[in-house]
Amino acid sequence: MSFLQGIAASNGIAIAKAYRLVEPDFSFEKKTVDSPEQEVARFQSALKTAKDELEQIRTRADKELGADKAAIFEAHLLVLSDPELISPIEDKINSENVNAEHALKETADMFVSMFESMDNEYMKERAADIRDVTKRVLAHLLGIQIPNPSMVTEEVIIVAEDLTPSDTAQLNREFVKGFTTNIGGRTSHSAIMARSMEIPAVVGTKTATTEINNGDLVVVDGLKGEVHINPTPEMLEEYKQQQADYAKQKAEWAKLVNEKTVTADGQHVELAANIGTPKDLKGVVENGGEAVGLYRTEFLYMDRDQLPTEEEQFTAYKAVLEGMEGKPVVVRTLDIGGDKELPYLNLPKEMNPFLGFRAIRLCLEEQDIFRTQLRALLRASVFGNLKIMFPMIATLVEFRQAKGMLEEEKQKLQSEGIQVADKIELGIMVEIPSTAVLADQFAKEVDFFSIGTNDLIQYTMAADRMNQQVSYLYQPYNPSILRLVKMVIDAAHKEGKWAGMCGEMAGDETAIPLLIGLGLDEFSMSATSILKARSLIRNLSKADMEVLAEKALQMGTTEEVVEVVQSTVSSL
Amino acid sequence: MEKSFKVIAETGIHARPATLLVQAASKFDADVHLQYKEKKVNLKSIMGVMSLGIGQGADITIIAEGSDEADALNTIEETLKREGLAE
Repeated sequence: MSFLQGIAASNGIAIAKAYRLVEPDFSFEKKTVDSPEQEVARFQSALKTAKDELEQIRTRADKELGADKAAIFEAHLLVLSDPELISPIEDKINSENVNAEHALKETADMFVSMFESMDNEYMKERAADIRDVTKRVLAHLLGIQIPNPSMVTEEVIIVAEDLTPSDTAQLNREFVKGFTTNIGGRTSHSAIMARSMEIPAVVGTKTATTEINNGDLVVVDGLKGEVHINPTPEMLEEYKQQQADYAKQKAEWAKLVNEKTVTADGQHVELAANIGTPKDLKGVVENGGEAVGLYRTEFLYMDRDQLPTEEEQFTAYKAVLEGMEGKPVVVRTLDIGGDKELPYLNLPKEMNPFLGFRAIRLCLEEQDIFRTQLRALLRASVFGNLKIMFPMIATLVEFRQAKGMLEEEKQKLQSEGIQVADKIELGIMVEIPSTAVLADQFAKEVDFFSIGTNDLIQYTMAADRMNQQVSYLYQPYNPSILRLVKMVIDAAHKEGKWAGMCGEMAGDETAIPLLIGLGLDEFSMSATSILKARSLIRNLSKADMEVLAEKALQMGTTEEVVEVVQSTVSSL
Repeated sequence: MEKSFKVIAETGIHARPATLLVQAASKFDADVHLQYKEKKVNLKSIMGVMSLGIGQGADITIIAEGSDEADALNTIEETLKREGLAE
């Protein structure tokens, strides 16, 4: 047995066999073959195996995902039967006495570059299809297995370097019980996905893909951030017990689904959920979310090769608004840049992407992109309780410009006879220290604030949150951060506005007592954290927490704050 | 044998229609080709058909040669019309 320490990214304990999602090595050398006939036969046999495999995938996709999704595999099958692809490969083997791998790669690459050079986006996409199917044949020639997590038929734990949005989309939720990755932190995409899928995950283990083999029995402890490989029978028993205890605890929390979030002394706060796609709504409802506090619209723009149309966006926004049945939905406009890239926008690489051309800065410049999103949002506004917020606002002028564009689009739509909701609350993310410091001025013009703590901490401490060597500076409880949070909340209340928080901190057990004391109105977190937070808040008295927060604001270090919170809360 | 058509489908002949046409043509022994402008491709080749990027309003000609050419041409015409691709 062995053990890896990583970062606890999603609560719970998972025990299952490992399934490695690692891109295999497709390298090979060009060789001369003695018998081209035998080489052609070897090629045909690899081709047949690849086709049989695709046929299986197609049948399964047809059954589970519908004919629409299965159609792509039919096209893939035709590529492998295409005489214009197959004959040249066989001719090449026969005339040049080369190995099948080389003949396949050369011929396929020719088609790939032909499709890539077309000026039609749709055709360019087909290049990826060709690369994908020929890789399958190449894998069989080389005797290697391509991982395909959508085809697993037993419970597994996914082991990967990192998980991209398209990897996670492919995961079969029925069988994927947890995952562990080499890189990432609590706020990386893989961690956010794990929490929305409600499966345990440990990220940032550095060596999961080298230490874990396919089929190893793995325990992912998403509570402590530990991964155990082939545990002893005693340890396995202990973890099964912990798993059962955790399930019991969850069942206890589940009783609070329809309860209000009120403190012990009767103060109500709103517990909202962060979501990325309309699919996440199910989790919000099941966990008793009172609102959507952050709808990250970036996912509509990612994993594709062109911008989403107004219609596509409208459909997604409408689905979320209708799904929440009149409860508030705070939509954040496009927040791209930094660690979230869109290759098709061809933005130049930057030295300091987190300090660069991103989010609202990009939207104010690329107005076509921004206005399309605003129109889609405005059109969807009549289907529920929409609130819009702009990310990365650093100055009041930026807010006024963004608001101006929204007003213009609203008038345009109304003159086209399209209905738009009368009152749409308009707010900003507070994640740049300049905005927190000037919150009293912002509060006169915005309808609400939502504090984005992941970025606010990174900018206040001047510590890149993707850099593990400075990760000790990610200090949500540092009195400097607490003072900024207080400035924002006080400024909002002075103008009769509300203040929420949608960063990781809002769902954190140590932070919640402090935030209650500071007077935060809305807490937006991963849906899976809501019930736990509700259970905690019901045991806290607002008056006591105000005293606690006052103490914390006067302390010097994070450690002192954590100590005073722990001693106060455990004594309740 | 050959016959000409006008593409009426809004999205032209992209992946799904191309798949149907190639599947239809592949059932026959006859050589079947599709001509669009000055380019002529094998209708049994999915990549050939897609590489033409045939859009709405295009004039195309289907050419079949071989023992079952008449059957082949009929089947392809049926597919084009049934799927609302061309007339």
